[in-house]
Amino acid sequence: MKKFFISLTAPALAFVFAIAVTWILLIATGHNPVSTFKSMGSYGIKPDSLTLTVNLAVTYYLSAIAVAIGFRMNLFNIGVDGQYRLAALVAAAVGGVLHLPPVIDVALIILTAVVVGAIWGSIAAVLKTRRGVSEVISTIMLNYIATGVIAFLLTPSLLAVAVAGSSNIGTRPIPANGQVPGFKLLAGASEQVYGMIGLAVIVGFGYWYLLNRTRFGFDLRASGLSATAAVASGVDAKKMVFRTMMLSGAVAGLVGIPTLLGISYSYSLDFPTGLGFTGVAIALLGRNSPIGVAFGALLWAFLDSSRQILDLTGVSKEIVTVMQGVAVLAVVVAYEVVRRYRVVQQQREVGKHLGSEHAPVEAAVQS
Amino acid sequence: MDSAKASAVELRGITKTFPGVVANRDVQILVRPATVHAIVGENGAGKSTLMKILYGMQEPDEGTISIEGTPATLRSPADAIARGIGMVHQHFQLADNFTVIENIILGSEPTKGGRIDFAEARARISDLGQRYGLDVDPDARVEDLGVGDRQRVEILKVLYRGARILILDEPTAVLVPHEVDELFSALRELKAQGLTVLFISHKLDEVLSVADDITVMRQGTTVASVVPHEVTARQLAELMVGSELPSPQTSESTVTDIEVLKVTDLTLTGADGRQLLASVSFVIHRGEVLGIAGVEGNGQAELVETIMGMRTPSGGRIMLNAEDITPWSTRRRREAGVGFIPEDRIRQGLLLEAPIWENRMLGHQTEEPNVKGFRIDRAGARADTERIVREYDVRTPGIDVMASALSGGNQQKLIVGREMSGEPVLLIAAHPTRGVDVGAQAAIWDQLRVARAKGLAVLLISADLDELIGLSDSLQVLLRGQLIATADPATVTPEQLGSAMTGVKVAS
Repeated sequence: MKKFFISLTAPALAFVFAIAVTWILLIATGHNPVSTFKSMGSYGIKPDSLTLTVNLAVTYYLSAIAVAIGFRMNLFNIGVDGQYRLAALVAAAVGGVLHLPPVIDVALIILTAVVVGAIWGSIAAVLKTRRGVSEVISTIMLNYIATGVIAFLLTPSLLAVAVAGSSNIGTRPIPANGQVPGFKLLAGASEQVYGMIGLAVIVGFGYWYLLNRTRFGFDLRASGLSATAAVASGVDAKKMVFRTMMLSGAVAGLVGIPTLLGISYSYSLDFPTGLGFTGVAIALLGRNSPIGVAFGALLWAFLDSSRQILDLTGVSKEIVTVMQGVAVLAVVVAYEVVRRYRVVQQQREVGKHLGSEHAPVEAAVQS
Repeated sequence: MDSAKASAVELRGITKTFPGVVANRDVQILVRPATVHAIVGENGAGKSTLMKILYGMQEPDEGTISIEGTPATLRSPADAIARGIGMVHQHFQLADNFTVIENIILGSEPTKGGRIDFAEARARISDLGQRYGLDVDPDARVEDLGVGDRQRVEILKVLYRGARILILDEPTAVLVPHEVDELFSALRELKAQGLTVLFISHKLDEVLSVADDITVMRQGTTVASVVPHEVTARQLAELMVGSELPSPQTSESTVTDIEVLKVTDLTLTGADGRQLLASVSFVIHRGEVLGIAGVEGNGQAELVETIMGMRTPSGGRIMLNAEDITPWSTRRRREAGVGFIPEDRIRQGLLLEAPIWENRMLGHQTEEPNVKGFRIDRAGARADTERIVREYDVRTPGIDVMASALSGGNQQKLIVGREMSGEPVLLIAAHPTRGVDVGAQAAIWDQLRVARAKGLAVLLISADLDELIGLSDSLQVLLRGQLIATADPATVTPEQLGSAMTGVKVAS
């Protein structure tokens, strides 16, 4: 219980600090912080805003878990962005031509996204294990390459068709069998929550189970805690990098699925971008824990949806981006402070506990 | 020597406790000015802790420190430096890509108009060098210097800050014999100039040749003060070890003729093309302990890591129970019953920020009782961790504390317990009792003996020659990656083994 309380302190402090910085910034730019936050708050809790929050949080969560898988073994998969966009495009294109029974259709679309994401993610793994290229660099590069590949594929001569009633182009729309209906979560909301919210829950549970209950998860965590000790324990470092990047990419492939199967049914030029980077921030915010990341994703999504009101109040929406950025920076610092505190605290507790016994030196003399 | 005024350093009743361990207990030391005062004791006798207290790195729980007759409270090394105490660490703390002069002045640079006054620094350094016979090229880069030169830089660094009392922590551990001679003549020079030197060592011959006074430490406390011409090395050793202490003597031989590990012509080439291991061949039988003696850094770590499958040999063969395991992965070797006590437990043996019970799984995360199929068997792993904690006397309030919360000795006991679980056929033990207290050391020795009697084959690497001689059934000497000599542990003395380690031929 005490442990739980301590682990909540860091994000809470970081968030308070972020609000404080935002507060000062608002005053400095001649705005009223109280009314700004008030209007954001009252707009944010409207049923439709909350529905949007949940929907955003679902995609954010998937993205953050994809990043967190890498983080747990000190692999920085900055390439979730490219992985999910490419995966969503290919999955959308496949979905557009499939005409299968409902469940199988959806399963096949999801499988396509997972495979594409895993393949794209494994490119960085091959570069790292064979050529020693840092995955930070290669995944960032691969994001740009993904953008280029998507631009190449999303043309009328290949995968794209004109979107009816606009100058936009996108993949052939996924027919009804491949769509996943949403549902109304809140009374009074006109919008629906993605049916794929279940996918996020399954991924979250799977992530927890894999890491804490399986051999593979132990190898992964051991590699993250001490690469040298992991190697000495028999972990094949190269294989581990490969598998982890594949897994991270596979989950990244899911990021676009709720949007694709829940609302857009097609990958068009206005398909959401940048979710991979949001995932990095949220993974940090939630400290790679399945529950922490869920809270982080909801918070982030709440800020994103409630800031829509700022257009009407004359305050720049970017103030929320500042707040999110400060929160992430502060939380990283706060977690480190709390972590060190806990290490020292535990050493002290062990010392206190053992102080009541005979010290080992004395025991040795008696024997 | 009678009045406190006459002493350079006086420590009275110093006691220091760490979580679970009394590191120093009622320590009494009186150091006369302008002498070389040696503090001797086994590994883990509390010498380093005591020196850290004197250098302000740790505060004592009880006791008083007087420096040149006046009481001192040392809260940080800065306090100690202000009182004229300087420390030369065992592991050099130099910036490799800086020159000698830059390293010496680092942190106390003389300035002139806001810029570093190199002329002034150079003058002072060359003056110090001449006065104490410590010659180093002030413009050489430290990375180009040998060990002996680096040590002189460290000493100059301390003198530059105005130290009158120098603490040298195991200064000869890294030196070759002629460098030791040079160091000793420098120490005599320092003494002649009125400086006081505290010299920490466990090499008795050196201590007897250079020290004016000797204080012996055992189990965290000072047990005797002697002068060199009144004691022999043997008497000193007895004082250090204490007659009631256990010795690592093995009883009758349990060696069989069944080969467990057979290493043939093992060769390992480093990334820079250097030969790290050259045609190493040996056999360990069931129930046999093979000891490898050698000065650290002569290929021990490489040998161990190659046998564990963490490095790929460039030639040769490793056979385990008549099976060629050379191409096997580390995991497969471990699953085949190879236990591993690594030299550096923090780097290779533990996950510091994971609970003890997860550390019990490390290296055995594919074996019973830790897993069932692909799943972790939490209950099994936890129960077995409880067993190890009990049987190996790991002092901890529970199995959910992080490994970082344990003292070094208890971490080591956990590792030994873990590696002895599941009836290994071969144990690779690098410094199995390093940093553990005397009681735990005896317990680990007992465990090794019992396992050996049951047929365990052990490859033992240790810097403790008594441990090597006492536990081993046969001994080999490793020098520059080659096995250059064999010795019979029944007849060889630590002195003979010590000289064999430096390449001197020994009759055996």
